[in-house]
Amino acid sequence: MTGLVRRVVGAVPAAFVAVFATVFFAWPIAGVIARGLGGSSVGGVLLDVLGSAAHRSVLWFTFWQAAASTVLTVALALPAAGAVARLSFRGRRLVRAAATVPFVLPTVVVAAAFEGLFDRFALDDGDGLRLRHTVWAILLAHAFFNYAVVLRTVGAHWSALDTRLEDQARVLGASRLAVFRQVVLPRLAPSIAAASAIVFLFSFTSFGVVLVLGGPARATLETEIFRYAITRFELPTAAALAVLQLAAVVALVAVSNILERRCAAAEPVTRAASAPRRRGPGLWVNLGLMTVLLGLPIAVLVERSFSTGDSAGYSLDNYTAMAQRVRLLPESALGALVNSLQFAVPATALALMVGGAAALVVIRPGPGTRTGVGNTVGRVFDVGLTLPLGTSAVTVGLGMLLVLDSPPLDIRTSVIIVPIAHAVVGTPFVVRTLVPMLRSINPRLREAAAVLGASPSRVRREVDVRIASKGLAVGAGFAFAVSLGEFGATSFIPRRPETLTAPLALFRLLGTPGEALRGQAMALAVALMALTGMAVFVMDLLGDSRRSAF
Amino acid sequence: MNTRSHQTFGHLDAPRRNHGKLSAARACIVTALALALALIAAACSSDTDTGEATPASTTAPAVAQESDTATDPADETPDDSADEPATTTEAPDTQEPGDDTEGGDTEDTSDDSAADLEGSTVTLVTHDSFNLSPETLETFTESTGITVNLLGAGDAGAVVSQACLTAGAPLGDVLFGIDNTFLQRGLDCGIFEPYASPALDQVPDHFELDAQNRVTPIDFGDVCINYWKDAFDDTLPPPATLDDLTDPGYADMLVVQNPETSSPGLAFLLATIAQYGDGWEDYWTALRDNGVSVTAGWEDAYYGEFIAGGGERPIVVSYASSPPAEFIYADPPVDSPPTGVVTASCYRQIEFAGVLSGAANPAGAQALIDFMLTPTFQDDVPLNMFVFPVSDAATLPQAFVDHAEIAEDPFILEPAEVEEKRNEWTERWVQLVLR
Repeated sequence: MTGLVRRVVGAVPAAFVAVFATVFFAWPIAGVIARGLGGSSVGGVLLDVLGSAAHRSVLWFTFWQAAASTVLTVALALPAAGAVARLSFRGRRLVRAAATVPFVLPTVVVAAAFEGLFDRFALDDGDGLRLRHTVWAILLAHAFFNYAVVLRTVGAHWSALDTRLEDQARVLGASRLAVFRQVVLPRLAPSIAAASAIVFLFSFTSFGVVLVLGGPARATLETEIFRYAITRFELPTAAALAVLQLAAVVALVAVSNILERRCAAAEPVTRAASAPRRRGPGLWVNLGLMTVLLGLPIAVLVERSFSTGDSAGYSLDNYTAMAQRVRLLPESALGALVNSLQFAVPATALALMVGGAAALVVIRPGPGTRTGVGNTVGRVFDVGLTLPLGTSAVTVGLGMLLVLDSPPLDIRTSVIIVPIAHAVVGTPFVVRTLVPMLRSINPRLREAAAVLGASPSRVRREVDVRIASKGLAVGAGFAFAVSLGEFGATSFIPRRPETLTAPLALFRLLGTPGEALRGQAMALAVALMALTGMAVFVMDLLGDSRRSAF
Repeated sequence: MNTRSHQTFGHLDAPRRNHGKLSAARACIVTALALALALIAAACSSDTDTGEATPASTTAPAVAQESDTATDPADETPDDSADEPATTTEAPDTQEPGDDTEGGDTEDTSDDSAADLEGSTVTLVTHDSFNLSPETLETFTESTGITVNLLGAGDAGAVVSQACLTAGAPLGDVLFGIDNTFLQRGLDCGIFEPYASPALDQVPDHFELDAQNRVTPIDFGDVCINYWKDAFDDTLPPPATLDDLTDPGYADMLVVQNPETSSPGLAFLLATIAQYGDGWEDYWTALRDNGVSVTAGWEDAYYGEFIAGGGERPIVVSYASSPPAEFIYADPPVDSPPTGVVTASCYRQIEFAGVLSGAANPAGAQALIDFMLTPTFQDDVPLNMFVFPVSDAATLPQAFVDHAEIAEDPFILEPAEVEEKRNEWTERWVQLVLR
């Protein structure tokens, strides 16, 4: 009897997550794909799409730019990961937190920052080096965004590696390079692979960066889905492209999860080994490079936010103007920021609940563990809950309108749909922060608790939940920042105009001529950046993010 | 020694801490369940009163809902209007007679159902650019007793796609913001119910593109070539025609948007098709040879490459209302806008409103469309959305009178032709200009 009760209670988190993910993610996507395909079979439409040279070239470009972005990001961030992991210097934590700010910046802001950068350094056209509207612009922006993924994931793994092996190799006469190649790199491989998979996923599905920085001639699967669904309203093609993208993303996520599990399993956290040592010129070179790559676009943005008309000088005018409503917007820029914050709080809470419950399921499958059913459930959750990272906002946004149209779920026009959508996007961040952290828990800790007489649920609470609470802080920071910057899904959801969010306001301000509006847009971008940055900072200080998968 | 003492402390600490964690975990599950319940509860109630999810319990939705009350900064909007912009206010007990002639119209149409309309709600589905002075919709509520709920959802294209996807179970009662480039798509989807507003007699006939009156024209805006005045002088005057743009004298000066990703970009392509017919391909080949630059969207054209944003090109595809916007939002203020418009290049975009099929409040929807043609609404449109009113009874704001030029004979193509050939045209354009 109590066994039954325990089983039922144990299944509650799984059921909660399953219902949430089905209703607000899987069902909408399935709905829009089914509607798009009409009666025709998936295979037939896919063949049509793959048969067209134009679509094939889009697919090819999507793949290679993502691959190139990944290589560039890893190449740029790997040395810095080593420096931050192995060298001792003041403000290590600060550097890691600062490097994470770009990762959570709204795309609209980053695109504006890069445009400003190209403009400022005359890389925008004509003679000499031209970056504007080239693939390089896309690659650089992706590296800017994803730098932190490599820095954090690989850095965490790196600092946990036992240095004694390297010392032994050095003593035996190996050069530094040989030590790195033969001793360090092979052991780092799983985390490099896991980070690469995530960077690839983000680059594969990036929308705003490709659209604005890539220029008019570049298209990826994500931008094509938008074009076919909205501009051309050819739903069959849009649906086929969405299926294609979904398949690619599922494959990627599955691979990355396997790698990540291997990474967590490869070497449990060893504290004694990670004694940071020497510092040297390498450190300064790395920090300098990081500052140029991550700092310059941000600096240009900040500089523009202070400059007032006709390069007459600098002032706070653009910031004070944010309190005034311009007639163009239903709300002042400041009010939009407040709106965003108010959406972000429930969105974060919801993402934490769903993500937390999901992490518990993934880690310690409840009922049916012995039969293997629980493991399968865990694995499905693990992959399934990462999918929102790589699904186009158009598909989800249109799908929600399509399927959530009858009671009791007709929340299409309700204000709660905005935080729900933000939570859908934010949940993967929570799951991916918590799961590796829970996985890294030394099993002997649980065994010891069990031997001392704790029941399984008590072990879960006293070992897992305790360690996870630090991870929760990190996940909360990510979910909060994601909600603040969310643009794609929000713009597709029917909202009352007064609930304008900051990224939407930014977009509107940039969309009308006039120096004053542009200045205010820059100020709003900086304010948004400061808020997201603060969220990341606070979470890094409060929580333990070393094992996070970002 | 140090590590030992840490361990000991941790051990001693454990029971107290665990207690906290234990109840925290339980609280977490309970809250999760409560939230799930609240979502369902909210969902149940929201189909009766759209937009106003009224969850009795839970904090999360309530927090989000407060956004409109908590965020009104005491700026230009008066408190009462900023708080609840005509969405939740009860219908006023005493009705003030409409202060303009159209007050009579709305009463005409609602004669038989006036009692029903009093206190009813109309939901207006529109694009993100929709905006009015806060008091405008209040005027409507005061004179009719109908409250207006606004729903914005993406750009004009997205709104039409969404309306087509939700045909039969619409998000609201009225759709505003479908323009003549997307009109045929909306008509083909069958999302509109015919309604001939009596106020249409104030609107010039050439704005009425649908003979069945499924949509009603509300405003228009022209997409035109804009130029930076200081870049031109007597030796090189600003371009005056589309032909001029292929002149070597204007080489490397023009920036346009990709018609596949940008609404003004598409309008400009349509302008050239309207002007040159089948010769449009040659014209674009000539533009390409003359160094035309292409961006994905309006923002990167206007602020990226055009001089106004620090770029180097003095000619850009933008709107007829861009010069007044440059004037109004100049920093520091200017006497006249730094940009001008080539009126011979303008393509007309007309925005329509229509009653949605399956609307919950069709009579209220009709009353709202009548109101959109009143001077109250029409006068408010230019400064809030940078478009022009269609009604002859409207008065333009001074900045528009002084600094906006309206083309006398703009280009315009039949919506049906646009819908039929748009994809063919844009694909051909991509091959000609981008490949």
